[in-house]
Amino acid sequence: MNESVTWLTIFILSIFVGVEVIAKVSTTLHTPLMSGANAIHGIILIGAILVTGTTQSTGALVVGLLAVVLATINMVGGFLVTDRMLEMFRPRRPTPSDATPKRQDTA
Amino acid sequence: MIPSWVQLAYLLAAVCFIMALKGLSSPRGARRGNALGAAGALIACVVVFFEGGLHHLVPILIAVAVGAALGAATAQRVQMTQMPQLVALFNGVGGGAAALVALLELSDLLPTDGSGERFALAATAFTIVVGSVSFAGSLVTFAKLQELITTRPVVFPGLPVAFGAALLAALALAVLVVARPALWMGVVLGLVGLAVGVLLVLPVGGADVPIVISLLNAFTGLSVAAGGYVLGNTLLLVGGTLVGASGTFLTKLMASAMGRSLTHTLFGALQGGSTLGGGEISDRPVRSAGPEDVAILLAYAQRVIVVPGYGLAVAQAQHTLRELVDVLGERGVSVDYAIHPVAGRMPGHMNVLLAEAQVPYEQLVEMERINGDFKQADVVLVVGANDVVNPAARTTPGAPIYGMPILNADQAQQVVFMKRSMRPGFAGIDNELLFDAKTTLLFGDAKETMGKLLNAVKAL
Repeated sequence: MNESVTWLTIFILSIFVGVEVIAKVSTTLHTPLMSGANAIHGIILIGAILVTGTTQSTGALVVGLLAVVLATINMVGGFLVTDRMLEMFRPRRPTPSDATPKRQDTA
Repeated sequence: MIPSWVQLAYLLAAVCFIMALKGLSSPRGARRGNALGAAGALIACVVVFFEGGLHHLVPILIAVAVGAALGAATAQRVQMTQMPQLVALFNGVGGGAAALVALLELSDLLPTDGSGERFALAATAFTIVVGSVSFAGSLVTFAKLQELITTRPVVFPGLPVAFGAALLAALALAVLVVARPALWMGVVLGLVGLAVGVLLVLPVGGADVPIVISLLNAFTGLSVAAGGYVLGNTLLLVGGTLVGASGTFLTKLMASAMGRSLTHTLFGALQGGSTLGGGEISDRPVRSAGPEDVAILLAYAQRVIVVPGYGLAVAQAQHTLRELVDVLGERGVSVDYAIHPVAGRMPGHMNVLLAEAQVPYEQLVEMERINGDFKQADVVLVVGANDVVNPAARTTPGAPIYGMPILNADQAQQVVFMKRSMRPGFAGIDNELLFDAKTTLLFGDAKETMGKLLNAVKAL
């Protein structure tokens, strides 16, 4: 099989996987999901490391290192801020205030 | 040649990313999903150094350390209310990184005459343009959300022409880069991409900005995927495509949650029509009251619906609000929170903010489920919200928020607005409900006033 066709295959299949895995997301999780996906494209860091590591000129090295810094900010910051968001979604443990009678039935 | 075990490690990382997205779309698996994604990224970042043939290892590791420190510090320090702009910023730097990587790839591809490397050159050009659009666009959305620039749509007479011209220039340059590659052309292409990004986002109104962040997020994903193709790296291709596809789909979901179409979001302001509301403070008469009066209103009601908005979170009044709701509950008042899909600054943002204040899930009721209940509500307490209860969305075709589904607060017996001032909401338009006969305004800083209200209810 032609190599370009292999790449195209991976690309198309990834599109379907990307849509399918998040198809059932609830509105509540839109923000964390966006933030998490945002962190995942920080994987461009791999690309930044690869091009920087094989570069010859000083100018290219500087540009490459800048890309490495930016990509790392994207990746590390992205995963951490998503985690901070999701920390808030922890199911609430029973606390004394939960012992008070619920008033949903009075309406 | 990349060692097979490195390739397999990349495959493992790609699987982690898929599981991460899967996890992030259910409340239960979300946190673990995010951790899995981070684990996949970490694996990839370690094994990349075993691909072989890499130089400049020390400067690269220093750059990674600097980036990690900056990213971690910002992520830890930011307040939950400012999260949307932080996501925009992180997305922007990712896009910028992708564009820079593509520029370096272009200089590596250069010795060719362009014939054998057409696909690679096209993908490179794509990454440069889309990465820079995402970078510049995200920075403008950041500025809008941080209110460094106006949140209202910025439109000037030549804007559609300028946008069209920039887009055409980008396309022409991209074709040139493929036909006769030169490094300077790549640089110019990047600069044009920046202009396209700015012009794309400027006309978008404040309330629609979250949709644009999501769209730009998908853009960055696609540019990373194209970069992966040029570098021959499957992980970048898969990871980038996953984000590109899920991001596009998420953008569609968000837009429909707000009752908007994507084209309307992006180009609505250009078609004119959002001339309504100069963002000025109206001097029409309103009825205002003190905390004691409102306390009586709330304490003797049977059913109260709270509509929390961004202003609540900015004032950090969510904890006091929860206390107030608890006290009202003890008095036998039935209280629920009505959550608009875009309450806060992003879909789901308000859920995050209220969860932080430990408001139980059961009390948070989504718009579709609670909208029928407003007719039976004795009092609706609107705290720091405005646009999500603005009837103009139903009645005024020219308004920027026209067509957006809103909470039917206007159908309740009484409406109480807690507001800092008569300043219009994020969308920058007047709210007729403020001037309605059944509306009472309680002015002041949300936290302070909420405290007074709480004490007044306790004293009854």
